[in-house]
Amino acid sequence: MTSKWWANENFWRKTAVWVTASMTVILIVLTFDTIPKISVGSERVPAYSVINQRIDYVFNKERNFQVPVIGQAEPLFGKTLNEEEAEALVTWGKKITQGRNCMNCHTLLGNGAYYAPDLTKAWLDPAWGDSSARESMMVNFLMDPVTNYMNDSGRKMPNMNISEQEARAIIAFLKWMSSIDTNGFPYNFKPIDQEG
Amino acid sequence: MLGVLDSNNLNGGQKLAVKYFSVAVILFVAQILFGLISGLQFIMPDLFFNVLDFNVTRMVHINAMVVWLLMGFMGSVYWLLEDEAGMETVGLKLGNLAFWVLTAAVAVVVVVYLFIQVGPGDDFTRWFVNEGREYIEAPRWADIGIVVCVLIFFYNAAATFMKGNWSGISGVLILDLVALAGLYLAGMFYTTNISVDQFWWWWVIHLWVEATWEVLVGCIMAWGLIKLLGVRRQIVTTWLYIEVALMFGSGILGLGHHYFWIGTPEYWLSIGGLFSALEPIPLVAMVVHSVYDSGAHKFKTANHPAMAWLIAHTFGNFFGAGVWGFMHTLPQINLYTHGTQWSASHGHLAFFGAYATIVIAVFYIAVQQWRGGVWMSGGLAGNGWKWKWALGLLNGGVLGMTMALLIAGYEQSFIERAIEGSTWAGYFAAQVHPWFVQGMHWRMVFGVVTALGIILLVWDLLTIGKGESRAKQEV
Repeated sequence: MTSKWWANENFWRKTAVWVTASMTVILIVLTFDTIPKISVGSERVPAYSVINQRIDYVFNKERNFQVPVIGQAEPLFGKTLNEEEAEALVTWGKKITQGRNCMNCHTLLGNGAYYAPDLTKAWLDPAWGDSSARESMMVNFLMDPVTNYMNDSGRKMPNMNISEQEARAIIAFLKWMSSIDTNGFPYNFKPIDQEG
Repeated sequence: MLGVLDSNNLNGGQKLAVKYFSVAVILFVAQILFGLISGLQFIMPDLFFNVLDFNVTRMVHINAMVVWLLMGFMGSVYWLLEDEAGMETVGLKLGNLAFWVLTAAVAVVVVVYLFIQVGPGDDFTRWFVNEGREYIEAPRWADIGIVVCVLIFFYNAAATFMKGNWSGISGVLILDLVALAGLYLAGMFYTTNISVDQFWWWWVIHLWVEATWEVLVGCIMAWGLIKLLGVRRQIVTTWLYIEVALMFGSGILGLGHHYFWIGTPEYWLSIGGLFSALEPIPLVAMVVHSVYDSGAHKFKTANHPAMAWLIAHTFGNFFGAGVWGFMHTLPQINLYTHGTQWSASHGHLAFFGAYATIVIAVFYIAVQQWRGGVWMSGGLAGNGWKWKWALGLLNGGVLGMTMALLIAGYEQSFIERAIEGSTWAGYFAAQVHPWFVQGMHWRMVFGVVTALGIILLVWDLLTIGKGESRAKQEV
């Protein structure tokens, strides 16, 4: 009854083992290739000190979507940080976003919950008016989102008891995140006016 | 005595299994309760504002689901263990201890989620309050506890098979459990680099849900078909190997569909697109398998409700995981759908269709034995209206929510993404659009249908076979 190879238990057991093993090996090889390409300081994921510079999101003809472009000096809150200081600030910011459970309302890099807007390019969002008002508007919003909400859906961000220092750290994290090359996600994004 | 819940009807592993099942059912109810609150918050944003905000209710909703399914799986393995190995469960005392530790840990985590909720951006918060990473929010101490309990579970299962008999099913099962336990470790570290963070985070989420969990339910399915239909072991074992080859052959590199937009190189667009597009194939194979076997055995089964839920599993798995996953897995489409209600639509049908269904099937197998191996084929008391309505309401409810969320997701893709350019203003323009709002209302209606289904299901599980004097049909 099992003379046909395609109905043979032994054949499929071996196939299952070989397929699983090969796919695992390929995944491991790809992981070794990917990790250096997404480490901090690589072309795709800039160093934390990128928060000292202007970040744009510009259409790239060759790749046919928008890519982050690092521009001239534009220190966050007017203070240029060295690499360690920048890393410490962004790290604090990310830890705050985890501790306040932001991801169960918002998405980051498109992952999370869908009750509130995506934060991938929050730093570049036109909701902050223009680049001169942005930093103070973001701090005010984070410290008192209930008063400063900006939509007519009835949904408000709850007050997460964020201090001014914490707000600045979160903004540093958001600015750094906006510099990551995400293969054009979010697509067709219309960034804030940074010329003024 | 027939028809009476009596633990003397169960072997050692099965006694432990029904403990897992009891906690699983409680968490299943909690999942639906918190799902209802989260759904209501879309319609009534002021509901529990600043008391029990959406980020808390939604976290409890998805965490209760992950834990009840895991407990359901562990219970299922303990349920079939002695039967499959032909040997008493090894280390049962330790297994019992692990059950109570795990249950206590889950209770503590839930209490902290509900009453502490959030903390400052320091290591203490991540270790003892909330890790803030979707699906694996459990604080680090609980992660370690989970790993220890899973290792004990793994020891019980592996040692029992080693002392007793190995089979094709148990071989696949044990290797799969090694991968399942090992992968959890990929989520247990902190990094500021969010691209690297999400890279490994997906190793846990994807390689659990779209690879190791699928193979685990494949094992339960194989064993279930032998028990419920009397299918020849050689046939199901051969099928299981084919499914493992197809599942891991597509699902391991299918991981790439989560690496489109998180900073990872562009080659993932091709690899992820291709392999995840192949992921439905093993699910088609499962549908063919179960329907063919049911037909070949003329639906003569020892347990009608369990068999019905197994059939619901194969179709739910195929449509929820397979079709709904495929619909937005190609990067050309995912660019617009990523991070919208499309994912919620897929998530609802896939988790329910692929996993909740089969665990419910094992619940029915368990109550049948617990009541002494009673009759559960045709001609049940009241024509079995409770299990039939529970089946209909739960499947209909989840399917209705899935369609409502899909329409909302379509609307978001067009309005927020394609037209408005993915800004915050674009996000809210889509959220207040009548098509989206209607979708949220319909989701709520079907959420209530689902809730009615779970009430009926629990009632049925507690009463089915009560006072039944006929012994179960032999297959």
